Amino acid sequence: MLLLALIPLLPLACFVVLGLFGKKYFSQSAGWLGTLVLATSAILSLYTAFNYFSDSGKDNGVYQAIVPVQLNWLPFTSDLSINLGILLDPISVMMLVVVTVVSLMVHIFSLGYMKGEERFATYYAFLSLFTFSMLGLVLSSNIFQIYIFWELVGVSSFLLIGFYFNKATAVAASKKAFIVTRFADFGFLIGILVLSYYSNTLDFKTLIERLSDPASAQSQAIGAASFLGASALTWALALVFMGGAGKSAMFPLHIWLPDAMEGPTPVSALIHAATMVVAGVYLVARLFPVFSTNESALMLIRYIGIFSAFFAAIIACTQTDIKRVLAYSTMSQIGYMMFALGLIPATDGHAAGFTASMFHLFTHAFFKSLLFLGAGAIIHYIHSNEMRDMGGLRKLMPVTHISFLIACLAIAGIWPFAGFFSKEEILHAAYQSDKPIYFIALITGGITAFYMFRLYFNIFWGHEQKHSHAHGEGPLSMKLPLILLAILSLVAGFIPFSHYVTADGRPVESHLDLLFSIAPLLIAVTGILLAGWLYKKANDKPARLAATLGGLYQSAYKKFYIDEIYLFLTKNILFNLVGRPAAWFDRHIVDGTMNWLASTTGKLSVRIKGLQSGQVQSYALYFFGGIAALGVIFIYLWK
Amino acid sequence: MNDLFIILKQELVLTVIIFLLLTLKIGKERSNMAWLNLVNVLLAINFLGGFFFPQTGVLFSGMYHTSDLIILEKNILNLGTLIISMQSYNWLKDHKHVVEFYILLLSTLLGMFFMISAGNLLMLYLGLELSTIPLAAIANFDLEKRKSSEAAMKLIISSAFSSGMLLFGISLVYGTTGAISFEGIAAAVNGQPLQIFAFILLLAGFGFKISAVPFHLWTADVYEGAPVAVTSYLSVISKGAILFVLVPVLYTVFKPLAGNWYNMLFLLSVVTIIIGNLFAIRQDNFKRFLAFSSIAQVGFILVGITGSSQAGSSSVVYFVLIYIFSNLAAFGVVSFVSATTGRERISDYRGFHKTNPVLAWVLAIGLFSLAGVPPTAGFFGKFFLLLAGAGKGNYVLVTIAALNMIISLYYYLRIVKAIFMDANEQPIEPLTVPAFPKLALYICIAGIVFTGFVTYVHEYIQSLGTAF
Repeated sequence: MLLLALIPLLPLACFVVLGLFGKKYFSQSAGWLGTLVLATSAILSLYTAFNYFSDSGKDNGVYQAIVPVQLNWLPFTSDLSINLGILLDPISVMMLVVVTVVSLMVHIFSLGYMKGEERFATYYAFLSLFTFSMLGLVLSSNIFQIYIFWELVGVSSFLLIGFYFNKATAVAASKKAFIVTRFADFGFLIGILVLSYYSNTLDFKTLIERLSDPASAQSQAIGAASFLGASALTWALALVFMGGAGKSAMFPLHIWLPDAMEGPTPVSALIHAATMVVAGVYLVARLFPVFSTNESALMLIRYIGIFSAFFAAIIACTQTDIKRVLAYSTMSQIGYMMFALGLIPATDGHAAGFTASMFHLFTHAFFKSLLFLGAGAIIHYIHSNEMRDMGGLRKLMPVTHISFLIACLAIAGIWPFAGFFSKEEILHAAYQSDKPIYFIALITGGITAFYMFRLYFNIFWGHEQKHSHAHGEGPLSMKLPLILLAILSLVAGFIPFSHYVTADGRPVESHLDLLFSIAPLLIAVTGILLAGWLYKKANDKPARLAATLGGLYQSAYKKFYIDEIYLFLTKNILFNLVGRPAAWFDRHIVDGTMNWLASTTGKLSVRIKGLQSGQVQSYALYFFGGIAALGVIFIYLWK
Repeated sequence: MNDLFIILKQELVLTVIIFLLLTLKIGKERSNMAWLNLVNVLLAINFLGGFFFPQTGVLFSGMYHTSDLIILEKNILNLGTLIISMQSYNWLKDHKHVVEFYILLLSTLLGMFFMISAGNLLMLYLGLELSTIPLAAIANFDLEKRKSSEAAMKLIISSAFSSGMLLFGISLVYGTTGAISFEGIAAAVNGQPLQIFAFILLLAGFGFKISAVPFHLWTADVYEGAPVAVTSYLSVISKGAILFVLVPVLYTVFKPLAGNWYNMLFLLSVVTIIIGNLFAIRQDNFKRFLAFSSIAQVGFILVGITGSSQAGSSSVVYFVLIYIFSNLAAFGVVSFVSATTGRERISDYRGFHKTNPVLAWVLAIGLFSLAGVPPTAGFFGKFFLLLAGAGKGNYVLVTIAALNMIISLYYYLRIVKAIFMDANEQPIEPLTVPAFPKLALYICIAGIVFTGFVTYVHEYIQSLGTAF
């Protein structure tokens, strides 16, 4: 079990060492040190996963939630304490693998990408800190622990997004990400407090046992209490989901994600593709047995999820910064995972949506980080994020080109790439439980294929830009992760995922229905063909299309003015209605009272000094006066 | 017979030291340095010896008793005396009457020991007097200074007055209960008005010693005039000893009057905190300032006592321990500076940080702890006091106390600001601290830093506290 604890602790140790001594002793070797440490963590994770799924996790063929490590940290009462522990169950083990593998790829990629950076060691220290926090989050055995790591993840992503701290936009973006997610975390915290108040525990296992069983006293209490027409359980779950939606960039808390692309690109691959942004999905999945008892909460998740998926896909079609396109596509894909979680489980208790969502999380991690790393390689080569600066790169960057194509096919859901399988499962689950959602998801799939290939054709086809390149495609350290991730994007879909990860731990057979797959495949291919027709060769068709669509295009291009709405709300309404009066109150009432108090105290102090005459006889008088006063008060007045 | 020696161990060791000093003094001439080395070593042995052979018991048919808590309290007082002795090295090394000073000082400590161990009002009174009269003599130990004589005069006259009141109270208690031993009184007290009046007289006597308002007025003059070593002894050791005995007297002897004394303490603590704070704000003499701030500190201790629970009792002992460290850290620096440069005003300390960084930090940490700023031990001490006070549900009192902590923060931090931020044309010149004072200051700082964090200390004291 020591090995298990090492998985998160190694990156922590690495952070401490690099953070304290990095600049002095490891300014060159920090990258190798970090990569080596993370490789160890990754190997340990794979070993843990292999062990868990092949043997130690199973009991009678059902996967169990095991808590191998539990430290009693802050005991409050005999049955309420905050512990630090490690929880192993199918989803945490799966996340363990995802986080360490993607993080390892990013570590390797950064060896080349960040080379020569002045704060190279600091960068690796931050990466280690982030990986530690994320692993801690994934492995948390209680809801308070997850909150601690949740915030740590927020802090370390703040540090990473703002890594180029002399760039004003990066600083603004890191602040924005931090504040928006903090705002959501506030909801999360209240949700935690409500849940633990009613269930009398912070521990995940106990909490889920108590609240998912409708007959238990705790679950009846939380169901009976109501506030503004909804039960306490609905409120608590909605608030927890709010926290998750903040981290996972769900509408309307998504505004930080596109701006967060100001960070170094490998960071985006780590944080904004595979790990932190799926924390919200993970959180909902962690509490899924509780969520699944409450239809209102499920509905909220389902509709927020599908709306985000669709909404982000539309915006992605109009963006020209390649990282922003990827950011919106991430948001859209997480929307898929979210709404799949929100699907009501079938009557036989099998939650197909849950498995599908986790499967998509798994595959998405690989192809999306591949896309980001590919984008990183391109930006490294071109020194620009803008699509119009690119074109015809397929000959100049063959490795990047092929891996990027694989990732695009995967995200578009083309057989036999990973995305096909997971998306099929999601659509299948949606088809069986909620038809309108199914159709929207289907259309979104087409849009996804379109915008991804718009990106692909714009970068690698079209007219060649004249570039004078000092260096080639990039060192091996940058190519290797691309190749590895491309292989993973190819094969990950063939893993019989539903044998391992289900909501209740019982393996089920997933069924791929050939007839069912025709519609999504056709729509995806149409999207690709449309993109090819518009963007493969330079022409004026896209411009004319944009002109025809007019207002719609413009508002999608402006991201539907969500940022402007927030600005209006905060600047004009919040500041004027709340901030200004509060400031006035502070200045005049609070300060005024304080000043009055201070001057009164000062005056009193001068008066009282007069008592101190220096004459012993008067002291004796006061002494006797004191006795007399006490006597009079306590014998006659205040009995 | 064996038991008697072991139970009386701490008193006996002190007595032996006193007589040893007396005999040596009669013998050959020694230099002051030799005396000081000898005395400090003896005091260190005395302090360490307190931890060995702890034995509890009752002697002299109930006149004297000791318990684990009492042994601990005596150890705390021994430690405080040792620190003060080391700190006054610079002042004493040129003094003509070193040995006399120590004989008088240790006599008062002996008196305190008997007072703490008293099981009888007469024994209590005896110990109290033994701890007061020699103090008046050493308050006069800056022999050439008029202020020092004035302080001694004022102390002895005021003490006589308060002792008179105390004796009057004791005789009234005896008159109304027919008992003089603690158990006898506890059994016979029934709350008739004359008993309450007698109790008020006793409380006034105690209030005088711990300088609770309105029995505090002697404090400022005596503290200012007396040598710094005596002032710090008065404000830390002597007060601590009285508090150690006040708590059991209130909690066990006068338990039947708890309803009455609870309100009295409430009133006294509020008045003491507020008046103490108001006085302290305007002081420019550092010693006077520390004197008044110590009045306010006593008010906080009274808040803890009102808790009337084991937690209340243990929080007082815990706070006194921390208070010894914090106050002696501050007094230590002030006494050293005053002994070497003669400068005592707060304004003299402007820019102190530039010339004496180490001393400045010691002083600052001591002041932080006195102000109750986390993470110094002073914070934990005050925290437990207020917690104990809140245990009784009197949130008015706790709120007043908490507000006054903010006021006290102002005047403590004002000094810290002077030390670190203000410029000064003539700052105190760089000073080198001899070994003894330096060691004493380090002990204080270690105490301030660790007492709060090593939860064992608090847990141990809490397990010993006087039950209510």
